[in-house]
Amino acid sequence: MTTVRDVCRHVRSKNAGPFWVTVDLFFKDAASFDRFHDDAALGPDLFERLFGADPALVKHFPVPSLHMVKISYPRHGAQGGMVERDMHSGQQFVRILDVALDGDTRND
Amino acid sequence: MLDAPVKIIVPVGSLGAGVREAELAYGISSGASAIATDAGSTDSGAAYLALGMSKNNRGSVKRDLRLLMTAAKDAGIPLIVGTCGQAGGDRNVDWTRDIVREVADEIGYRPRIAVLYSEQDKNDLKRRNAQGHIQPLPPLGALADDTIDACDHIVAAMGAEPYIEALESGADIILGGRTTDTAVIASYALMKGAPAGPAWHAAKISECGAQCAAEPTNGSGVLISIDNDGFSVEPLTQGNHCTPHSVSAHMLYENSDPFRLIEPGGVLDVTDAVYEQADARTVRVTGSRWETRPYTMKLEGAGTAGYQTVMLIGIQDPEVLGRLDAFHDKMLAALYERVRSTMGLSDDDFHISLRIYGWNAVTGETPPAGTPAPREVGILFVATAEDQETASQIAKACNPYFFHFPINLGDELPSYGFAFSPADIDRGPVFEFKLNHVVEIEDPLELVRTTWIDLSKAEAAQ
Repeated sequence: MTTVRDVCRHVRSKNAGPFWVTVDLFFKDAASFDRFHDDAALGPDLFERLFGADPALVKHFPVPSLHMVKISYPRHGAQGGMVERDMHSGQQFVRILDVALDGDTRND
Repeated sequence: MLDAPVKIIVPVGSLGAGVREAELAYGISSGASAIATDAGSTDSGAAYLALGMSKNNRGSVKRDLRLLMTAAKDAGIPLIVGTCGQAGGDRNVDWTRDIVREVADEIGYRPRIAVLYSEQDKNDLKRRNAQGHIQPLPPLGALADDTIDACDHIVAAMGAEPYIEALESGADIILGGRTTDTAVIASYALMKGAPAGPAWHAAKISECGAQCAAEPTNGSGVLISIDNDGFSVEPLTQGNHCTPHSVSAHMLYENSDPFRLIEPGGVLDVTDAVYEQADARTVRVTGSRWETRPYTMKLEGAGTAGYQTVMLIGIQDPEVLGRLDAFHDKMLAALYERVRSTMGLSDDDFHISLRIYGWNAVTGETPPAGTPAPREVGILFVATAEDQETASQIAKACNPYFFHFPINLGDELPSYGFAFSPADIDRGPVFEFKLNHVVEIEDPLELVRTTWIDLSKAEAAQ
């Protein structure tokens, strides 16, 4: 089984303003980027399941020149609310590392 | 059109983070004609806007201002600072203004200072909202007057125009309230007649200082040079360098869209930008585009949403550590019941969360079956209620249960490791950002108030 951790050299997450989180997946090389950046397992449903994001609002931007894909999703609650556990969303990427990738099914 | 490139020193990612004197000297010897930096962002949370408080300590901001003001004074070039005092509210700006006056006095500098305020009046915003001039940004919906009232402070993020106006009026130092990071830096180049695409793109790339360099922690700032066809960027520290990768990757940073950046009055589009190594340290960027749009300013509003009291225990008892999820659920249920029975509160009146550091505090989710027990955990108790006194009383009611809750009913009562005495700490208000909206305006200056402090005139230098 191939996971995000296997095909990326670096994955990070951070707030993009108080209402959005952005995740950057930097693939190891062009081949990994080509095969996995648009994998169905990285689709909007993942961000609904893991983070409670509205899948209709999840945004997906491949950046081929950097072999990376940026995925942005709305926060479950505005930054800093009563149950905030990660003020800057800097630890949210960890739950993505073990997502299993197929490499064949595409996100359309 | 420009007769010559416009060079701007961006000395640091945020004022107070540590400006370097040698970098300023290099930038000025390279022909820089302005210094520009932001001094904050929303990133650290709503408290700084709600409280009008700086995140940085006063000493670090004063140190940076002293270096920047000395360099600006000696070179005779303007110093531009935006989003003063972390949040750019009026009180955050005034805090910074007072430090600037103090430094000016200490170094014998008599600048003309333009102070740009962008905090907004609630009634004015309600009027504009009723007229249909305030639009929501996802994921929020239409703005309700109640939401405006629930904010302690509201700012509108300025574009470049108030800065351009102040520069054209002869400002030596500009201290701005909340502003887009890019506008602070782009303003000087735009005022000089630089094309908008390269000016805004250079500003975005440089807004975090050396973050766009190959070694982000080697040095603090960058020098940008904007011309009629594009821009160049190099680190201010000689041992560091920029690469096409390090520069282009900075468009990803804290942005939800890596290609299009929405600004007041337009959109920066870098879809077709080309990044090339110009020399060993410098990257050249061309192909940046600017699309003019109807003028909008983004609103940020911060207010309180309850008050919290916290307690912390450490647990090393292996019996508890082996069954942490069950322990969490049983203890939480017992704490809720304790509050209901001793304080007569209903579940709508309060909230308790237990965050087990060392186990699952960051997500709150149950770890996969078979996850090995940790060697110890810390459990943070967080009570939230409408006022501080109630939150404090909830913590006191819960104290003995939190301290002694047994993993097996009937066991001798354990005592977990409290970190402090008294065990409960009143944390103060919970601060939230409540707005994610833009206000449509006709004139970029209509929501901005500019005041002048002219220290060049003896009578004004009080």
